[in-house]
Parts: sequence; structure tokens; C-alpha cells
Amino acid sequence: MTHLSRRKLLKTGLAAGAGFAVTRCASSSTAPSGTPNNPAPGPQVNTNQIKDVNLRLIGTGVSQINEIRNKAQEDLGFKMEMRALSTEENNQIAITQPGQYDIFDGEYFSLPLVVPSGNLRPIEITRITDYDKIVPFFTEGSFDGMPVEQSQGTAPYRVMYVDGPDSKEFSSTPTDYATLIPFQYNADTLGYRPDLVGREIESWAELFNPEFRGKTSILDIPQIGIMDAAMVAEAAGLMTFGDKGNMTRAEIDQITEILKEQKRNGQFRAFWKTFDESVNLMSSGEVVLQSMWSPAVTAVQSRDIECIYAPLTEGYRGWGGGIGLSQNLSGIELDAAYEYINWMLEGWVGAFLGRQGYYSAAPENAKKYMSQAEWEYWYEGQPASEDMVDPFGTTLAAQGSVRDGGSFEERFGNIVCWNSTMEENTYLVQKWNEFIAS
Amino acid sequence: MTRASKTLQTYLLAAPQTLVMLLFLVFPIVMILIVSFWEFTGFSMEPGFTLDNYRAIFSSNVALRTFLNTFKYVALVWAATLLIGYLVAYFLAFYVDDKRLQIGLFLLCTIPFWTSNIIRMISWVPLLGREGLVNSLLLNLGLIQQPLEWLLFSDFAVVLGMVHLYNFFMIAPIFNSLMRIDRNLITAAEDMGASGWQTFKEVILPLSAPGIAIGSIFIVTIVMGEFVTVRLMGGGQAASVGKLIQTQIGSIQYPLAAANAVILLLVTLVLVLAILRVVNIRNEL
Repeated sequence: MTHLSRRKLLKTGLAAGAGFAVTRCASSSTAPSGTPNNPAPGPQVNTNQIKDVNLRLIGTGVSQINEIRNKAQEDLGFKMEMRALSTEENNQIAITQPGQYDIFDGEYFSLPLVVPSGNLRPIEITRITDYDKIVPFFTEGSFDGMPVEQSQGTAPYRVMYVDGPDSKEFSSTPTDYATLIPFQYNADTLGYRPDLVGREIESWAELFNPEFRGKTSILDIPQIGIMDAAMVAEAAGLMTFGDKGNMTRAEIDQITEILKEQKRNGQFRAFWKTFDESVNLMSSGEVVLQSMWSPAVTAVQSRDIECIYAPLTEGYRGWGGGIGLSQNLSGIELDAAYEYINWMLEGWVGAFLGRQGYYSAAPENAKKYMSQAEWEYWYEGQPASEDMVDPFGTTLAAQGSVRDGGSFEERFGNIVCWNSTMEENTYLVQKWNEFIAS
Repeated sequence: MTRASKTLQTYLLAAPQTLVMLLFLVFPIVMILIVSFWEFTGFSMEPGFTLDNYRAIFSSNVALRTFLNTFKYVALVWAATLLIGYLVAYFLAFYVDDKRLQIGLFLLCTIPFWTSNIIRMISWVPLLGREGLVNSLLLNLGLIQQPLEWLLFSDFAVVLGMVHLYNFFMIAPIFNSLMRIDRNLITAAEDMGASGWQTFKEVILPLSAPGIAIGSIFIVTIVMGEFVTVRLMGGGQAASVGKLIQTQIGSIQYPLAAANAVILLLVTLVLVLAILRVVNIRNEL
């Protein structure tokens, strides 16, 4: 409760600081939506009552999709409410308003911030039916000896386990208690406009190439933007890191200096914070080369504009999302939440998200729901034997085209760093603000 | 008896507003003040008392530079809205005689508020972008050889966006004070041989000063806390205190954000007090 008011008050207080009610018309679009009016049900014993269960989910827009909710309600027989939030809002609510959600759909790099709050209930792995079908990189950090095994940053398996049923401490070795059960992830890289760039982009270093002065962009989210910046700086030979995913203060200083210099030289056209901003920058031609998320690339392509999600020699920046349980859950609601997790791994969702280019945590399950052609295009890197249509009816790839970067193994196996929350997170944010202010 | 009930009535009338203010303004600010002294461990905050958050702000030149940049926006936006707002209000008050037309035109000034922020911001790109309308016009006229980059995602764009959005807050109070000027005073000034400029300087301007002051307070308080326009029009490359606070909140650094908010509030209050010192707005109330 104190948490709830703390956040609310802070927001209100900012408004007060800025003046009075009139001033807020400009910020209303970023305010969180109203909280669901949802009375907590009392203890229930009758199993038929599972249809009275109403689970409240928070998550990013990637998977808070009505089609998924409807299908889940249909298959599982209970109700769900979803709130689509930005990555930042999602973390804020997870940490400061534990009463507002039953299921947390978040990213692994958020966990060093969320888990210490004690708001997540460790998941009993024995209750997860298909746990052994999850890609082993998530559960034990191995992936056929590919480079991803040496990847830096908040890789999922590093924050996958906690010590015990009540623990807030990560365990470096597998235990019976998981923080999140993964269900979707991807390998991110730079996107570019081949028509405006005029040649192939093969290295992260190109982002700082003077050839594209004033036509590049990176993300203005410190924990993600810094990783892209580090990939670029390393590729361009401007600096080296001991561990990109856990930089020292000196390394943060150095990378910030490099970024500031690039900004002074006018290398960047703009920075973006939300998905649609990156789509607009790219499709308007204001920016020709930038860090991007994969659905943003398809969104640009769906406007009939060529856009390539470049496979780069240095490798990819990975991210992964999963489902966590709130401490609020108990009794029949907890059972329902476990059913939901199992349903998420069962395959239908994996196939649904797979048709948009995301990977499923249990690919062999997703395969059951995908057509042969879809599986070959999205996972095996083979030419599409027919047009690839996403679940919303948009054609993402024409017959004969090949997925940028190729197969699942080639793309996922070459992730070299992950979105990261570092030990020096506070310092990083401070230096990032310095970069923005410079 | 009647006196007592009258007093009671006054209190009752004032009660709702007082409650709202206490609950949603005073209480939150007190909370922010308290949180700004809490300890921040890097990943979570602990109740306590530390001056570290303030020390961090005052010892970094980022905070200083960000405040200076915010002041720059305040000054530019204030000057531009005052100039444009005064001209518009003057025109509406003195050149439009038809009351209905006057109100209609006044309402036109609210058009910027009819669309959502996001839509408005997106539509700046086709106008000011590299291949936007303005650039292609200038290119076709042969006035420039290269597209102007500074039209969008620059300080110019930030100021333009804010002037466009907030001009109304300057127009409304100035229009209001101009409408209250007794027209006989102007006739009298003319009868006594004052030139148009003299009439303006000696009669109209002083009488509209309270309107200017109120408009200025609006603009200053709004722009000091601005972060949406700064981010979208500045392309994320421009800094303001509001944006700084937003980034800190986004990274769950509440105590630091709270300390910044407290300082922002104090600075804004000082600016408002300064305006009130210069102009007595009681005449307007």
C-alpha cells in the first residue's frame, strides 16, 4: 500500500512541480492507464470455481495481445485481464505496486531490479510440465557450444533460479525454484534501409561511420542503449571491455565520452524510446541505420519500404521475456496461474509469436502448431515456400525470401550480449543523462 | 446565530477545494520531500535520512547544465509566446468588433489541443523532416541547396513545438485583461493628443500587465516541467529537467528523481514569486 502511494505521489508531485493541473495535458499520454477494478476473491475450495478466477497480467505490448488472451480464456476456462505497458512502466508496477497484478510478464534484465523487491513468488519447477523442453540455454546456459554460451550481460540463465521458495537471492546453479518461465525471446541487431544506404551493412561499427552522419539513431533506454553502443564501440575498435554486461565505472566513463563525441559530431539524427518512434524514423527516411527491434522492421516492411535486419559479424544483442508469479497468488488462483504458464509453453502461443518472428522457449512444441512452410522460414532459415502471413493478416515475407540472419541456431547461437542491468546501474543512468544533456 | 451559520457556510464552501488540495497537492509534495531524503542502494530504496541525493545533484555539472538548458527553453518559449500571444490577443480585443466572431476566433486558438500529442508530433515529420514540405519548398525555390537538418530534432523544433502548444496559455489571460480595459480611457488618451504608440505604452500596456504576468506564470511553470515535447521534438537529444526526472523514474531511481523534483519545484516557485514581485496581479482577480 505504501508502495502504491509512493509512485502515485511521485507522479502527482512532478505535476505539482511543473505547475498546476493545466500543465499536465502534455503528459497525459504517458500516464499509466487506470487500474483494473478487481476485487480479490476469498479462499475457494470448489474446483469448478476456476471459472470465477480472474488473473491480472502486466507486460509489454509484445505479448499482451487480445488474440492470446481470448485463446487462453477459451482453453483454460478462466478470465484474464491484460495491461500492455512500456518496459519501464512494467518494471515500476512490478516493483512498487505488487497488489496490481497476479502475473508478471517481463524481461530477464529487469529481474535484478524486480526480484529484490520480493514481489515475485519463486516458481516451483516441478509444476511446469514441459520444463525439459525449454531451450537449454535458458535452463543451464548451454547451446551446442555456440558463441551464445559465452555471451555477456544479464543472460537469462544467470537470473533464472533463486535459492529457495522464499529467496530473493539468485542462484548461479539450477535449483527447483525459477524466477521466470521463458516463452519468447529474440536476437536484436541493427536495421537499415538498403535503398538509402546503397550497400550491405555487415558490422556494428557502421553506426558510427561518418558516411551516415546525421542519419543514425539508437535507443534512449539506458540498459539497452548502452549495450548497442558497446557493440558499436568495440566493433569500431574504439575501446574494449572486460565484460560489456557488467561495465566498470571507468568503462562507463569511456563509452559515454565516445557517445558524447559522436553526438557532438552530429552522428545521430534522433534517439528513440518507443517502438513506433523507431518505425517512424525509419519509414520517413530521417534515419537510414539504427538499432531496432524485430517487429519494428516488419512494421516498416509492411509499409512497402525495404528494411533489412542486418546479420552482423560481431553477433547479436539478445533479450528474453518470461512469465513470473506475484506473491499475491494463493489457492485456486495460484493453480490457475500455473495452468497458464504450462499453456504458454504448450505450443499455441509459441507458434502465434513465431509467425511474427519471435522464438518460442519450447520450439518443438511451437512446431506442432506451425505449418511446414512457416517452420522452415522462421526457424530453419530456408526460403519461404509460400507467402508468410502474420496472425493479423499482414504479409511479412513474400514467397522465396529468406529470413535475415538465417536459422534459429545461426541467429540465437550468435548472441554475444544481452540487455543488462549492471552493478553500476545507478552510475550508468547518471552518465546516460549526461550524454543526453551534452 | 446568522453570523455563526454564515461562518459555517464559508468553511463548508471552502472545504471541498481545501481537501482536494491537501490530498492531491500538499500530501504528495510532502511525500516527495520525504522520499528525496531516502537512501538509494542502486537497486532499491530504503527509508532513512541522507543528503546523498542532493549532494549528487549539486556536485554534478549535468544537473546544472540541464537546468540551464531548461531555462533557455523557458526564456525562448516565454519570449515567443508573449510576442505572438500579445499580438493575437490585441487583434482579438481591439480589431474584432463582432462579439460572436471574437469568441469564435478565440476558440480557434485552442485547436492545438484537439489532437493527441502523439499524432501532433508525428505530423511534424512530414512538415519539417529532411524530405518534408518546408525543405522541399525551400529547395524548389532555390533558397537552399541542402535540406535544413535543424528544422526537426533540434532546439528549434523543441521551442517551436512548445510555442505551438502553449501559446493559448498566454493568449487567454492577456485577451481577458485587454477586454477589461475601459474603452473610454483610450478615447480620453486620444482626445489628449496621445499618439497610437503613446496610448499603447502609457495606457494599454500597464493595464494588461496582470494578464501578461498570469500568462507568464503559466508558461514558466509548464515549460519548467516539460518532458514530452522535449523528447519528441528534440529527438531524444535535448535535455530538460523533466526528462532527466523521467529517465530516473524509468530506472526506478525514485529518491534521486524526488530530489530533482524538489529542486525543480523550488526553482519554479522562485520564478513565479519573481514574476509576482514585478506585477501586481490582484487587479485582475
